[in-house]
Amino acid sequence: MSIPAELKYAKSHEWVKAEADGTVTIGITQHAQELLGDMVFVELPEIGRNLAQKEECAVVESVKAASDVYAPISGEVIAVNSELEATPEKINQDPYVAWLFKLKPADASELDSLLDAEGYGQLLESEEH
Amino acid sequence: MLKMTPLNATHRAMHAKMVDFGGWDMPLHYGSQLDEHHHVRRDAGMFDVSHMLVVDIHGENVRGFLRGLVANNVDKLTLPGKALYTCMLNPEGGIIDDLIVYFLSESWFRLVVNAGTADKDIAWITSQANRDAPHLTITPRRDLAMIAVQGPNARTKVWNVITGAQAISENLKPFQSATLDSYFIARTGYTGEDGFEIILPADDVVDFWQKLHTAGVAPAGLGARDTLRLEAGMNLYGQDMDETSNPFESGLGWTVDLKSERDFIGKQALQQAPVKQQLVGLVLLDKGVLRNHQKVITQHEGITGEGEITSGGFSPTLNQSIALARIPAGVAIGDQVHVVVRDRQLAAKVVKYPFVRNGQALI
Repeated sequence: MSIPAELKYAKSHEWVKAEADGTVTIGITQHAQELLGDMVFVELPEIGRNLAQKEECAVVESVKAASDVYAPISGEVIAVNSELEATPEKINQDPYVAWLFKLKPADASELDSLLDAEGYGQLLESEEH
Repeated sequence: MLKMTPLNATHRAMHAKMVDFGGWDMPLHYGSQLDEHHHVRRDAGMFDVSHMLVVDIHGENVRGFLRGLVANNVDKLTLPGKALYTCMLNPEGGIIDDLIVYFLSESWFRLVVNAGTADKDIAWITSQANRDAPHLTITPRRDLAMIAVQGPNARTKVWNVITGAQAISENLKPFQSATLDSYFIARTGYTGEDGFEIILPADDVVDFWQKLHTAGVAPAGLGARDTLRLEAGMNLYGQDMDETSNPFESGLGWTVDLKSERDFIGKQALQQAPVKQQLVGLVLLDKGVLRNHQKVITQHEGITGEGEITSGGFSPTLNQSIALARIPAGVAIGDQVHVVVRDRQLAAKVVKYPFVRNGQALI
């Protein structure tokens, strides 16, 4: 299972990339897309919406089920990957390229509350047992 | 402990994602449910349906017993090998199960019943036979396995695998079957495509599955089976109907024979009960995906009514979301309804189903 070392992870299976300009990019992990299967629909948050940490803010739906996506940290939505609305299967093809939305963090220290790649790997292992 | 079909190890060797399906350890998909769906619509796919139960009934005048047991009329079965789709009802008209009845001879009929209802069905059929026809022998055939091979190229690929199958099965019409040695070959299915459902000894099924695979038939799991049957507008027991719904509320009025004089279990209840609900097709007009149990809000003659999606999902062939829904009688084809999805009401159109047949969109 690929867990890129440069990313941070939420326990609810989102990945977070801290960009050089202080914004963050968010998507769902390889584990999440494998669990859900073929994606058929994505609902993204509105640009300008202020999210609290762990707030439900997007929905990814596969042939099998709908799954909520949570804001890994609090902040304002500054961009969404609207290309996914027409091509949700890109999440299956490469979940670390097919980002969902970008945030301007309200409190960058919240990034420290997220898991690193090793911690996320351990979480997946513990969920398997 | 989950029950396993004889193909369990084969599915695992083919990297199937396995799920608990009503107590059975079954393949959900072998990689991509969407690819498997399209493969069946465009070429040929195969499903392990050995969890379903074959029940043979032997003895004098099986037909007479079945006349009273099921809601469709087995007197429609005149040619040996012919099949009939029917509901088996309780005295209140509720659906105990939906099944296929094959007429093989006057002293041998074969039923194929759902996996999740198999034990209940056997108990019910046995209790009815003990009362009305105790001379009959009712045999659940767990020694048999079943594979559904479905798709426009399914029949040809089966013929390439079973020597002699073409000669005995190429003239079969839909809902007819023929027997070749230990193979029981029926031109039936649950996908809206052409193909066969083949019943054979459990000991032979792994070899047969592998030969079909070599012949280019793609394995398909329960995920694709569900999207295919939904597009084909075929009911799923336990979702679109159960013991609390009758055939008229489940889109299955066409399978109930009230014209003949024969009596059958549930007939009186059906004749007396007002039909307040109907099963319809829905096509989602807004973006999103319809799911089971979502609430449907309807308008008819100025009255706001309520219904429920019984089977909802994404249609890979139509590339939009579709559903079967039980809604108040009177709401008409073409009407617009609203479906409550999370915190929103999405617009959907009431349509006549099936949605897809033989690879073609019908809506």
